[in-house]
Amino acid sequence: MKMVCEALKEKFGNTIRELEGGTEKQCHVLIPRDAILKTVGFLTGLLPMRLVFLFASDTRKENKAFTLSYVFSHTQQDSFIILEARIPENDPVFPSVTPFLPQANWQEREIQDLFGLVAGNLPDPRSLVFHEDWPRGHFPFKKDFQSQQKIPRVSGQYIFERVEGEGIFEIPVGPVHAGIIEPGHFRFSSAGESIVKLEIRHFYTHKGTEKAGEGKSPSHLLCLAERISGDNSFSHAAACAQALETLADIQVPERAQFLRVIFLELERLHNHMSDIAGISLDAAFSFGASQLMRLKESLLRINERLAGTRLLRNVIALGGVRKDISGVQKQRFLEEIQKIKTDFDSIIQILWQVDSLVDRIEGTGQVKKEVAETLGGVGPVARASGVDQDLRRDHPYAAYKELFFMVPVFKEGDVESRMKVKIQEVYESFKLIYDALHTMPEGPLCSEARPILPLKSALGYVESPRGECFHWIATDREGKITRWKIHSPSFVNWPLIQYAVLENIVPDFPLINKSFNLSYAGNDR
Amino acid sequence: MFRILKKNLAVGKATLPYAPHAAKTTEGFLGAPEIDPAKCTRCGQCVLQCPTKALTIADHAKEARRSFYISYGDCIFCGLCEPACPYQAISFKGKFELAARTKKELCHELSSALSDVRKDKAFVSTEKIYFKKKPDEISAFRQGDFADKLTLEEIGESLSQKIQKLFGRSLHIREVDAGSCNGCEVEAVNLSNPIYDAERFGVHFVASPRHADMLLVTGPVTRQMELALVKTYEATPSPKLVVACGSCAISGGMFDGNYAVAGGVDRAVPVDIYVPGCPPRPEAILHGIFLALEKRQ
Ligand code: SF4
Repeated sequence: MKMVCEALKEKFGNTIRELEGGTEKQCHVLIPRDAILKTVGFLTGLLPMRLVFLFASDTRKENKAFTLSYVFSHTQQDSFIILEARIPENDPVFPSVTPFLPQANWQEREIQDLFGLVAGNLPDPRSLVFHEDWPRGHFPFKKDFQSQQKIPRVSGQYIFERVEGEGIFEIPVGPVHAGIIEPGHFRFSSAGESIVKLEIRHFYTHKGTEKAGEGKSPSHLLCLAERISGDNSFSHAAACAQALETLADIQVPERAQFLRVIFLELERLHNHMSDIAGISLDAAFSFGASQLMRLKESLLRINERLAGTRLLRNVIALGGVRKDISGVQKQRFLEEIQKIKTDFDSIIQILWQVDSLVDRIEGTGQVKKEVAETLGGVGPVARASGVDQDLRRDHPYAAYKELFFMVPVFKEGDVESRMKVKIQEVYESFKLIYDALHTMPEGPLCSEARPILPLKSALGYVESPRGECFHWIATDREGKITRWKIHSPSFVNWPLIQYAVLENIVPDFPLINKSFNLSYAGNDR
Repeated sequence: MFRILKKNLAVGKATLPYAPHAAKTTEGFLGAPEIDPAKCTRCGQCVLQCPTKALTIADHAKEARRSFYISYGDCIFCGLCEPACPYQAISFKGKFELAARTKKELCHELSSALSDVRKDKAFVSTEKIYFKKKPDEISAFRQGDFADKLTLEEIGESLSQKIQKLFGRSLHIREVDAGSCNGCEVEAVNLSNPIYDAERFGVHFVASPRHADMLLVTGPVTRQMELALVKTYEATPSPKLVVACGSCAISGGMFDGNYAVAGGVDRAVPVDIYVPGCPPRPEAILHGIFLALEKRQ
């Protein structure tokens, strides 16, 4: 990482300065506002560097200006470089990187809505987070915005992008959908049956979670993190805990690291089970769906026995875990996992022999590798399109460094590939759980809690079942949490669906959507 | 085809029997916190740890008494209070059938003479505690931003009248996510899996509110879902029942007091049954549905 910093300094001279307070794996670099485009462009041009996400924070009290942070991952050296630029309050404009990095589009729009900073040259400056009845000029993530206040509703209008031409018609869907799923709006433009454009409009479930986290104690913040996206409770909580642990300089005991791996993989298992079940259901093969849902229920019951909750809540703690797996439990757990695996095996074999299913998923909802890369796609969705990345391997956390596993990657990028990736990952998870249970050392479950340090910031991350999930936490002078940024995999992957559906028929949309299975709550926060 | 049949035969019957109140949970399941009134001294230590102020204390100067409240409608079942109690008065024993018709029923009170509590060395003064809302102010339906879109004659109709009209039929439920974390959805979906198979009780989930007798609403009612919820309520034919499912739906849960949420389903539409849990397990949701139908016995 030092090399990258040096390269930056060499190229851009001493306007660039390394900031204090970084760690071995996280290096902070301060850049002037007018160098944003050049430095971000330079870093994305370097082969191993990848822009992960960008966000703003209101640091007017500490630095007399807002701060924009661009987080880059160095994929070969397991480190992150964070570029920081100060944006003065009296001229709150920053240059948009979206024109050459389309993945920044939603992120920059979000910054505009929440902080009132203006992204100059942003191709699509419409409001993203707030809907038409939100009055202009209220920016909830500014420090002087009281989070309890109720903002009056005004009348307004949201303009959808339109496709015009003979025979083109629009189909609005949502926010309330037909099944038991979360709310969101989809607007299709189609010619005949074929979709020519899809515009996604979300944030119906926006709850101001990041703001609600400010000033919370670590244990309460973890409770909130568990409730960002219910089916990924443990992943979010683990990412949040990692960030807090870096802030408090706490070493997590080894046994707890292994237990975290086990719970993370249990979460992946139950998520992937229901995803594959969903694909099977939407391809009208209900046998597969009900069998896999049965397995999912068995997994939830294992969760319940080990963790006390079905969604693995109440397990994580600052400095470790709250729940152990005893010798007796371990034996029974192993037997059950083995049984579920055999069961899963036989169901999957049947699935691949059902022509009606295979026909529906083959070639449907394709995402090309270039699209996935340009939009910064993550997780199983990206891996199904040939993008080989997985935080567990590239930036190992918990005990993943000590365990061996494969990262399945497929090329086609269609529903079938996404299903294949998930099926393979299920097998890897079984293996990881098995290995972790056997290699886990004895020892304490949790380190002693220590207060988090003032004026620091830290990154925590997890490869959740949906892909990479980042939490970034900063503290103020008193050691209170002043900014909590949640970067969820769904937020990155939703725009990909807009491409995946093109030239597909409208009735295939539920199937494509299911193969992504993104979280609305995680996206909207 | 043969393989499918074989697999089906091999699996056999997966569905669990369900008799309300006899439903067994897996051992290890935490469930709701239960307070042992004999051990509890009302000192207030747990109140400091509770993330949603489901545990609160209030000192009544006039009667020189301290009241200690536990509200299952606010509780997120996080378990932080258990280790906080110096007297081991709080335990988690897997209790989950908590559904009730009013929020008041969900709130339990213990009280002691203030002079006794003061002697306790773990005593916490009420000055240290921030109250989200006073327990005695827990009210039922309050009209929200879109009250003008609600048909008001609905509100007065009593539950038993509604049930009479619904009695003897199967029940059609429309699920509405009003901003949940999707945890409640996971459990609502599980209701139809082969283990719980709610269909056998005549409980069907339907795709449109126009076919529904009951709305199962989750989430704290976000600002941007409030209108959609009111519209769905209006589209449901009368008589209709509304079940608020999960802590968020009852009180706003972890998200209450934020610019983006209304803080519970009854801040937008009238509610008939409250089902605590975060999320409520499938049996708890079923229990709530049955309670709504008064089919409990
Ligand atoms: S009650 Fe709990 S599980 Fe249900 S939506 Fe709220 S936070 Fe999620």
